[in-house]
Amino acid sequence: MLDYITSYLSSNTTPGQAGNVFWAFVYILVVFGGVSVAVMAMNWLERKALAHFQIRLGPMRVGPHGLLQPIADAIKLFTKEDIVPDKADKFVFWIAPLIILCAAFSVYIVVPFGPTHAITDLNIGVLFMLGVSSLAVLGVVMAGWASNSHYPLIGALRSSAQMVSYEVAMGMAVVSAVLMTSLNKTGTGTLSMIGIVQAQQQQQIWFLFKFFPLGFIAFVIFAIAMVAETNRAPFDLPEAESELTAGFHTEYSGLRWSLFMLGEYAAMIAVSSIAVTLWLGGWMRPFPNTLTGAIWDLVFSLFPGAIFIALAVIAFVGVVRMPKHPYFRIQTLGLAGFGAVLGLIGLILFAPPVRDRIQDIFWFVAKVAVFMYLYIWYRATWPRYRFDQLMKVGWKVLLPIAIGVLILTAILGVLL
Amino acid sequence: MTEPTTTDPKAYLSHLELGEPDKTFLDTNELIINMGPQHPATHGVLRVILKLDGEKVLGTECVIGYLHRGVEKIAEHRTYTMFNPYVDRMDYVAAVSNGLGYCEAVEKLLNVEAPPRAKYIRVILTELNRLASHQLWLGTHALDIGAMTPLFYTFRDREEILKIFEKYCGARLTTHAFRIGGCLYETYEGFEDDVKKFLDFAPPKIEEYEELLTTNRIWLDRTKNVGTISAKDCIALGVTGPVLRASGVKWDLRKAQPYAAYSEFDFEIPTGTNGDTYDRYLVRMEEMRQSLRIIRQAVDRIPEGPIMAKVPKVMKPPVGEIYHSIEAPKGELGYFIVSDGSTQPYRIRVRPPSFVNLQALDIMVRGQLVADVIAVIGTLDIVLGEVDR
Amino acid sequence: MQPVATTFFFYFLSGLTVLSGVLVITRKNPVHSALALILGLLAQAGLYLMLYAPFVAGVQIILYAGGIMVLFLFVIMLVNIERSQKEEQFNKQWLIGVLAAAALGVLFVLVYVKGKDLFPEHIAQPAENSNTQQIGVMLYGQYMFAFEIASLLLLVAIIGAVVMAKKRI
Repeated sequence: MLDYITSYLSSNTTPGQAGNVFWAFVYILVVFGGVSVAVMAMNWLERKALAHFQIRLGPMRVGPHGLLQPIADAIKLFTKEDIVPDKADKFVFWIAPLIILCAAFSVYIVVPFGPTHAITDLNIGVLFMLGVSSLAVLGVVMAGWASNSHYPLIGALRSSAQMVSYEVAMGMAVVSAVLMTSLNKTGTGTLSMIGIVQAQQQQQIWFLFKFFPLGFIAFVIFAIAMVAETNRAPFDLPEAESELTAGFHTEYSGLRWSLFMLGEYAAMIAVSSIAVTLWLGGWMRPFPNTLTGAIWDLVFSLFPGAIFIALAVIAFVGVVRMPKHPYFRIQTLGLAGFGAVLGLIGLILFAPPVRDRIQDIFWFVAKVAVFMYLYIWYRATWPRYRFDQLMKVGWKVLLPIAIGVLILTAILGVLL
Repeated sequence: MTEPTTTDPKAYLSHLELGEPDKTFLDTNELIINMGPQHPATHGVLRVILKLDGEKVLGTECVIGYLHRGVEKIAEHRTYTMFNPYVDRMDYVAAVSNGLGYCEAVEKLLNVEAPPRAKYIRVILTELNRLASHQLWLGTHALDIGAMTPLFYTFRDREEILKIFEKYCGARLTTHAFRIGGCLYETYEGFEDDVKKFLDFAPPKIEEYEELLTTNRIWLDRTKNVGTISAKDCIALGVTGPVLRASGVKWDLRKAQPYAAYSEFDFEIPTGTNGDTYDRYLVRMEEMRQSLRIIRQAVDRIPEGPIMAKVPKVMKPPVGEIYHSIEAPKGELGYFIVSDGSTQPYRIRVRPPSFVNLQALDIMVRGQLVADVIAVIGTLDIVLGEVDR
Repeated sequence: MQPVATTFFFYFLSGLTVLSGVLVITRKNPVHSALALILGLLAQAGLYLMLYAPFVAGVQIILYAGGIMVLFLFVIMLVNIERSQKEEQFNKQWLIGVLAAAALGVLFVLVYVKGKDLFPEHIAQPAENSNTQQIGVMLYGQYMFAFEIASLLLLVAIIGAVVMAKKRI
């Protein structure tokens, strides 16, 4: 038994490939917990960043600078009354958010945080991710139908039509990235996520810059399609409040609604992970080939610790600027404690054994975090598309460009 | 008492002759949808009944009256001076303009003219109010279309104007700034400096709004060719204000029938070409700049002198009637006052620009999609306080 | 790679498929039938995985469960449901149905008993990585013509659907 557990520690593959169920389970728990924490952090970041874009402050009271706001929201949603519409189909009503949640979370099975840090490495990894995220459409359709109400049905049909349309463009963009993996020295491409990042490593170029501007255009198409896929601004007509239909999750309240939000944020992080893996070099640090050498490796390995120390410094600056009123004592102490924890993590990340192991995970998470910030930025800046314009962009603009990029990539790949 | 009106939406639409579209077996049924009166998008309590074919709008009917307060009836039982504060509450966004129109109408009836200094102060405050009204319009219109951020920027910049109002007359929104015969309050110490500081503060902010919206692909898609109305239809319906000017008609009462001190200033009337929502947006943005231009000219040369003309304490205008209109931020705001020689008017009829402009909603949204209805209501810039009085 | 609990998963997945098939035809609510069909398709994808054909499993999920079933659900929701629920379940001729199913079952058993040589005794274990490559090689090499004809057929279907649904404006 103990041999079973420790035998994995010396292997250099993912637990799924090594067939080690115990460690696969551990990895699943870690990823699930990590994604849940990330979703809560994303919730907080969205409210704070959106507020700062709009020259407001955002949540400030629950915990210092609103850091405990997601927990307060979660408690509120858990304790709300669960209202099921009268003539709604109870079974379908119950299962719809679960389908979206399962579809969103199943994608993380193949997300590669490092060359061996993934739950498993299916050799059809990209195909699996596309397929499972397309199952979320079913959940949306069922949610709208089960509410037995006019507006959610229209919202659900629109939302699912939008998701299906942009999946096509997404698929084309993904295929052109997969084409680039076949330009290895071995001459065979791969659909596995870890294989794609290793192909970028072998070819010594991020696919973003390969055959410039083709890789870049494919990336941009995927970036736009993934925003539409997750029903976020500027493609959030189905869930906009100021339009006539308020979206497929109108009739859901309390815990069920929070499951939808959880699924939406998890899907956002999942498709961002796909984008990072396919075009931005996955877990590789920036400039792996132009700035080589032990010194640069050392410099880049100091980044995780440095970023956490910087966050701790920001927290302490916030502590200094807190009002000196007795009511704020708890918040000041809380923020100071939070800053101390961040600083401690930063110091731990400076230690060499931790430093080397954490590199891959850190760079992957950092790149995905950039995408998350971009999502919030899009929401703050742009108005939303009308539904017919949305569909027009998906079918008449993105799809032809994606097909064109695919053909050109194939031609260049054969010629060069 | 009359019986309550029916709430059945179909009863309202019987007079609209709406043609039946070509039907195939895939056509959905026609839908009659009620929007409002409580709705996050409609500005105020407006109820719009839409007849839809799928997503296309076949016809609309506006139901108003939710904010009717009987202002005109109240006027018959107040003296002219007592009625002055009521006027602000109609178009509560641009209260100063309302006061200007009313005071000038009564002054015309009394055959009294405000002194030059009062006229200049009136022009400065009215143009500041025009700017504030357009800023509020921009924020709410962008919010309806989905851009959340300009709302906060415009409201923050509007605060500067409201601070000036508060320093001048003590109120931010319903200012009651003017009196019949001139102004009551002298400009406070530092008024010109505040206004000049605002004149430096404002242009970069307007640039900021333009940067966010004017060339934005999504904004263009949402506003170009949406809610088009031709000049002929505008004139036939009596639509005035930026809506009329965006359709190509160069008609502004400040130039056509100058009042207050507008004839002494040099400014332009922006017009559009297509009469769609984008043109109305551009016209109002340019009007903001022209307002700044007027204020800049005015604040430099405010003449000295009294601020109040000689009006009797007890106003008894001679028997007669008068109609006087001004260019409010939303269009032509007119006052028709009938006097029977006593201290209280016999009848005051207000011609609100939003009420008349709202009639154009039907023509503007025929054949457009549902999402455009909200954009068009926003672009008409209606204030229900004015529509219902 | 060691297959994990193969027998258990085989019986589990095939049982799921059979169960979902039964649910499809016995539910009154058409949406429940569609959901049961989705379950059956996903179980079938699992069976493909067990046959060392991961590409087919992935494509089954993307196209069948994620595309075609969404289409089914759209149609079910847009069609007037109340009318279909008022219709009687077609239960009057259940005897003939049972006889036909029994005859089919007997046929299957006879095929298995008589033609034992057709079924291999051991589980075929092709290499795991080759499924996608082999399909690609075959599809674009040997069966290229059939592939192109199939895609033309789909194009004709798409154009036909668009023409039929477009309103005369």
